[in-house]
Amino acid sequence: MIANFGYKDGSGDYFISIDTDKCNGCGDCVPVCPAGVLEIRDNEFDPLADDKMAAVKEEHRKKIKYSCAGCKPEMNMKNLPCMMACPLDAIAHSW
Amino acid sequence: MAQEFWRWKEYNWKSDKIDWKGGSIITGGVDVGSVSSQALILVDGELYAYASMRTGSDSPQSAVNAMNWALEGSGMKQENIHYVVGTGYGRVNVPFANKTITEIACHARGANMMYGGSVRTILDMGGQDCKAIRCDEKGKVSNFLMNDKCAAGTGRGMEVFADLLSVPIEEVGELSFYVEEEPEPVSSTCVVFAKTEATGLLREGWPKNKVIAAYCSAMAHRVVTLLDRIGVEKDFVITGGIAKNSGVVNRLQKELGIEILKTDYDAQIAGALGAALFAKALVEKERK
Ligand code: SF4
Ligand code: SF4
Repeated sequence: MIANFGYKDGSGDYFISIDTDKCNGCGDCVPVCPAGVLEIRDNEFDPLADDKMAAVKEEHRKKIKYSCAGCKPEMNMKNLPCMMACPLDAIAHSW
Repeated sequence: MAQEFWRWKEYNWKSDKIDWKGGSIITGGVDVGSVSSQALILVDGELYAYASMRTGSDSPQSAVNAMNWALEGSGMKQENIHYVVGTGYGRVNVPFANKTITEIACHARGANMMYGGSVRTILDMGGQDCKAIRCDEKGKVSNFLMNDKCAAGTGRGMEVFADLLSVPIEEVGELSFYVEEEPEPVSSTCVVFAKTEATGLLREGWPKNKVIAAYCSAMAHRVVTLLDRIGVEKDFVITGGIAKNSGVVNRLQKELGIEILKTDYDAQIAGALGAALFAKALVEKERK
C-alpha cells in the first residue's frame, strides 16, 4: 500500500509516501532524519495484520514542507537522508 | 431563535427483520467525526441498527449518545455487544471501544460492503477533511491521501456556506441546478475567502442559486485536483455527508467523466460500518 502523508495547498503538493509493501519497519530511516519527522508504528491501514511501518509523525504531517526544508534546498532529491537510509527503497517525496 | 440553516437532521434506523438474540457475533462500530458521529450494530455481519448525530463539544458523550440511540427500543444492551471498534477523528474518545482503527481502513472496508467488491476508489468528504482512498476487491487499502489543511471541500465548509445564504443545507444541492447557465466556479473554496466572494457576488446582484452553483462547482473542482494524485479507477464512490449533496456530486461526476456508484445504504455510515466489520473479524480471530 502507498500511504501519502502530507497535504496539498495553493503552492503545490507536499507528500512523503511510504510503500508499505516494501517497508519492513526496520527503522533505519528514523534516526537519520534531522527534523525527527519519521517514526515506526503499527500498519494501521491493515488492522488485521500485525506489521510495523514507517510513518510521518502527526505533528509534522500538516507542515511537512517546512519540516523538510532543511534537507530540500541544498540537496537533490536522490540524496535526502531518509531515502538514502532506506535499504528497500520504500520512501518517496512528491516535491 | 434565528433559523439555523446549517443544521442537518439527526436520525436512527433499525432492522425489523433481525432478531438479535439469535445472533452469535454482535459487534459495534462507532465513528466519531469532527462534525457528526455514527454508532452502528451488526448481528453476524448483517446491518441491525445505527444512529447518526452531531458531535457535541464532549466527544466521549457524543459516542455514548449515538450508541444509546442506536440501541433504543431494541432491548439490546451495551453488554450484549461482543466487540466495539472506534474510528474517526475522535476515535480515542469512544469510552466503550475495545480497539481503535483509523477511519481510512474503516471507510474502505465499509464501502466494500455497501457498494460491493468492485469499488476501487473512495472519496470520503467528511466534516473537516477530505480523503481519497484506493482499495482492492476485499476492501483493503492500497493507496490513500488525506487533505485536512483547511475546511474547503468539506461538510463544515458547506454548513458555513448554507448559513451565509440562508438556505437549509439539505436543499443546497438541488438549488444549485436552478440556474440558466452554469457560472464559473468561485475562485476560492477556502471557507473564509469563499464567504467574502459569495457576499460580493450577491451584492452584485447574482441570484442565490447561481452563487450556490458556483460554490458547488468550485468544491468539485478542488476535489478533482486532490484525486489526481492517487488516480481514479472505477468503481468510484463517495461517502460522508457531502455524498448527499447532488450539487457537488453531479458536478464531480461531470468533471471526472466517471459515473459515481450509488447505494441503498446511507453514505454517512461507511466508517462505522467498516469499524463494526473489523470488530467481527477480530472476534472471529479470537474465537479460533
Ligand atoms: S527530507 Fe530530511 S527532514 Fe524530511 S523526512 Fe527526509 S530526512 Fe527527514
Ligand atoms: S528504512 Fe525503509 S524499510 Fe526501514 S522503516 Fe524506514 S522506510 Fe521502512
